[in-house]
Amino acid sequence: MIKIVKRDQPSKAIFFFTPVLAIFLTLIAGGIIFYILGFKPFEALKFFFIVPIADKYGFSELLLKATPLCLIAIGLSFCFKSNNWNIGAEGQLTFGAIVSGGVALLFYDQEGFYILPIVILAGAIGGMIYASIPAILKTYFNTNEILVSLMLVYVSKLILDYLVVGPWSNPEGFNFPETRQFSDSARLPLLFEGLRIHAGIFLALAAVVISWFVFYKTYLGFQMKVSGFSLKTAKYAGYKGKKMIILVFLISGACAGLAGVGEITGPIGQLHREVSPDYGFTAIIVAFLGRLHPVGIIFASLVVAITYLGAETAQIFMQIPKYTGQVFQGMILFFLLASDYLLFFKFKFIDSKK
Amino acid sequence: MHKFLIRSFVSSLVLLFTLTVAAVAKDVKAAFVYIGPTGDHGWTYQHDVGRKAVEAAGFKTTYVEGVPESADAERVLRQLANSGHDIIFTTSFGYMNPTNKVAKEFPNVKFEHATGYKREHPNVATYAARFYEGRTILGTIAGTMTKSNVIGYVASFPIPEVIRGINSFTLAAQKVNPNIKTKIVWAFTWYDPGKEAEAAKALIDQGADVIAQHTDSTAIVQMAEKAGVYAFGQASDMDKFAPKAVLTSVENNWGPYYVDRVKAVANGTWNQKDTWHGIGDGMVVISGLDSQMPSDLQAKVKKLQADLASGKVHSFTGPIYDQKGNLMVAEGKTADDGMLAGMMTYVKGVEGDIPK
Repeated sequence: MIKIVKRDQPSKAIFFFTPVLAIFLTLIAGGIIFYILGFKPFEALKFFFIVPIADKYGFSELLLKATPLCLIAIGLSFCFKSNNWNIGAEGQLTFGAIVSGGVALLFYDQEGFYILPIVILAGAIGGMIYASIPAILKTYFNTNEILVSLMLVYVSKLILDYLVVGPWSNPEGFNFPETRQFSDSARLPLLFEGLRIHAGIFLALAAVVISWFVFYKTYLGFQMKVSGFSLKTAKYAGYKGKKMIILVFLISGACAGLAGVGEITGPIGQLHREVSPDYGFTAIIVAFLGRLHPVGIIFASLVVAITYLGAETAQIFMQIPKYTGQVFQGMILFFLLASDYLLFFKFKFIDSKK
Repeated sequence: MHKFLIRSFVSSLVLLFTLTVAAVAKDVKAAFVYIGPTGDHGWTYQHDVGRKAVEAAGFKTTYVEGVPESADAERVLRQLANSGHDIIFTTSFGYMNPTNKVAKEFPNVKFEHATGYKREHPNVATYAARFYEGRTILGTIAGTMTKSNVIGYVASFPIPEVIRGINSFTLAAQKVNPNIKTKIVWAFTWYDPGKEAEAAKALIDQGADVIAQHTDSTAIVQMAEKAGVYAFGQASDMDKFAPKAVLTSVENNWGPYYVDRVKAVANGTWNQKDTWHGIGDGMVVISGLDSQMPSDLQAKVKKLQADLASGKVHSFTGPIYDQKGNLMVAEGKTADDGMLAGMMTYVKGVEGDIPK
């Protein structure tokens, strides 16, 4: 007989094993869905997960797509680890893009090495300003940061709409909702000729290294961990909770803002209404799939990035509806949450004769 | 013997010719990039109807739907150009810069961008429809059918395309009913059923008994049906979504153009151009007229349609005044395409200001 027993302690091995299990289950469920839709499951999975990254260009696109996801998810892991539920990374990304785009537009007809650093810094500051709103409201007015940060996403998109339709729209652009193109000095340099992968990937890698250091080598990281386990304990230990809340939101906002900078000064080169296909929301899946661990997040961002690319390839070559990409993202999260059951419970084989 | 030789020579020539034509026709592959889902019953739906016409003409087609105007558009375009497509139609304004960028890298692939103005490389053409001609018809109907003399108009973005539509609509309505006022609500979206329905509700609450729309979902006609006011379908025939409310629809008919352009690639006659077709060329189609419209109105609309098609009537014929009473187009003159392309002022009779 099999009995389900609660574990005394969550298993560390299972903790890192369940994301792999979730991806595996997603592949199986995806194959079944393809089969039901009338496609050959293995061929479809091949077009979804292998063909898009089979050449140099495809692989560079994977890194390009994973860069903002990784950067935002690293930022979010600071919040999530310390029990702060920042759902509004998309808004922080958008506001970061607005501020850095605004600065880039100021220099639209100028060249100079100093422009790019200012533009990048402006994006980080924009993201921080925007993230500080839910943080301050939470610490001083006890508001719910989930609601505030989420609602601010829509506000940021409306601000962007207003700017690109009105005051910032390209004077030569027949009033279409887009700004001028940025000058080359405001663009992140490309790493290879002919590929779109840009220097923004170094920002993401730097964030990975820094976060690893903070999480595991500093007192702040320890404080975050304790607050994550129990807010009461943190209070009892005398940690300055308010300061930490604001700090993790600022870090998270800066990362999201930088992701916005990467998009507009990287592949896009201007501001328009759609600077991000909801990277800020997808990064939440990435953060949890990566177990809030810096290295885990790298892998998770690659896995989630490929669902975007695969969906396009599968539609082009097999006429599979592109929205299956979103189904895959949803399934990964679903299976991850479901398999977390194994973290806290285990199956025990009991000899029924006893 | 000679006869036999000649005959076989001729017949083999004919055979060769047919084979080549067939081979060429089969070889050309067209791709379509869509902003929304093919089932939106509006903008993308109609482009997909056009794509099916290309298939029916014997060509292979591919499409990718729901492509955001973010950095992703460029990748999709490059992938399509890289995978053996000879002509790629990009059907949303936001694809303009990626289209031109990718076109530079693939000089042998033809690119057709809808509603844009940039043709930076010889292999980029642009196309759009003179929807304002259809709105002249809708204005005529609205001006006749309204009892409250307040006409509602749900608009998307304050760009010349939309302003032109509002003006064309209002001018036509004033012609049949000088007392009408056009009230505008800006939804700042092309497709958002929730927002569109709210906008329509706001207009109905302000006394509008005919609602026109320049957004793509069926939410507005459905809201009109519920409220018992009239409305017009946008992009596709929306009669089946609101049989009582919808008086007629202005349909976007891309099929003939798409077939034409793909055939031109097959024949090697494709050239760069900027196409702006209206009712006369069949790119703008008026759906069947609702039986609630009196028969003399129906006759009038039919005649107007024919006159717009032949060019006898122009949607923007002077005298046209702006909201402040300044003359925009002098008596007897018509607005030229340059003026239409950059139109950013309301005509007299439109209420409110253009959002800035």
